[in-house]
Amino acid sequence: MIALLRRDLKLAIRAGGGFGLGLAFFLILVVLVPFGVGPNADILSRIAPGILWVGALLSCLLSLDRIFQLDYEDGTLDLLATAPLPLEAAATLKALSHWLTTGLPLTLAAPFLGVLLSMPSGATFWLVASLAIGTPALSMLGTFGAALTVGLKRGGLLVSLLVLPLYMPTLIFGAEAVRRGAEGLPASTALLFLAAITAGCAALLPFASAAALRMNLR
Amino acid sequence: MSIWEYANPTRFMQTSGKLLPTVAVLSLLCLVIGLIWGFFFTPDDYRQGSTVKIIYLHVPSALMAINAWLMMLVTSLIWLVRRHHVSALAAKAAAPIGLTMTLIALITGAIWGQPMWGTYWAWDPRLTSFLILFLFYLGYMALWAAIENPDTAADLTSVLCLVGSVFALLSRYAVNFWNQGLHQGASLSLDKEENVADVFYLPLLVAIAGFVLLFLALVLLRTRTEIRIRRAGALVARERLS
Repeated sequence: MIALLRRDLKLAIRAGGGFGLGLAFFLILVVLVPFGVGPNADILSRIAPGILWVGALLSCLLSLDRIFQLDYEDGTLDLLATAPLPLEAAATLKALSHWLTTGLPLTLAAPFLGVLLSMPSGATFWLVASLAIGTPALSMLGTFGAALTVGLKRGGLLVSLLVLPLYMPTLIFGAEAVRRGAEGLPASTALLFLAAITAGCAALLPFASAAALRMNLR
Repeated sequence: MSIWEYANPTRFMQTSGKLLPTVAVLSLLCLVIGLIWGFFFTPDDYRQGSTVKIIYLHVPSALMAINAWLMMLVTSLIWLVRRHHVSALAAKAAAPIGLTMTLIALITGAIWGQPMWGTYWAWDPRLTSFLILFLFYLGYMALWAAIENPDTAADLTSVLCLVGSVFALLSRYAVNFWNQGLHQGASLSLDKEENVADVFYLPLLVAIAGFVLLFLALVLLRTRTEIRIRRAGALVARERLS
């Protein structure tokens, strides 16, 4: 299991693309927003939590088709399916490595980008906390979407249509936690809901992903 | 005699062929009666005026939009558990109808909302969750359209339907948390003392029955079409082999 995780991480970092690309996209998105809505600090600080969350969502989406596509093309996925390791575990590891290469860097970069959007400093803690809790769910859901479309030639566009509606509850609770935190309201309820979604995704979605993979490999 | 007999496409075609004209005529009858009764023979609401009459389209279509997804969920489960092709095809057939019903509910809601709330659209929980449902329908149909092998497509869309149901439900309650509502609560329910006043209630019930029957007729029709497409495909494949 650890060998698989290390292999995935190495591939993501070395093969050029996946790792830095999501982060760069996140940065560009955050830079674009002030050009779109104007440099007014009041407006920016109000929409900052939402922009950062939507940005995290979209940058997660970018690297989804890399989760299984290359493995599917060179036959690694067939080997994984016949390996003694259950496919469910493989799907979990894939999601984990996706999170380590996109969700975690995004979470760490978000406070600095929050400064660019003049986000109130009280919200930084809530932003990091909500992203840290919420992005694993995004990776899990993304893995499921990638598993559904692995057999398709150009699944990239389809994946976004399938996965984005599934992201909505996570986005709602995540952005709400930051917004409430920024306004000094109690935000822990939203954070708890977010944690519940992540825990539920981690418990159930590997089965759905593995089922979808088996159907695609049959 | 059990429902599983209709897993046999031939039996399904026979029975649905007989049933379809009856259901279609009944649906037409109910719709005509319900809508004409509703539009012309009920009084105006004392505050909403005649705009209230769009309820005869809005409520039944919203009802069917949700129930169509529910039916897809059940038929997807049947496909995953018992692998009856008719079931998978019925789910495929129901999706565009559900999508259309969602769209009708959204559009009539917007037309109704303009004079009543002063806006076509508000980010109200009910409205928002319907928009999300619309997106789920889109994704489901896009997945069906994208996969060539029909069995794989049925499998994958079924899994998507299961996961999607959970998340659609989750979104429904998440948006409650996110924003306060403008939309009124349920006007019709079985366990409440007070519903809409009888003058509106009876034609509404007829209109709902009409929409249910219309949905049934369309699902039967579309499932029959899908089965025929399957058969035609099999015939073509056989021709090519010989």
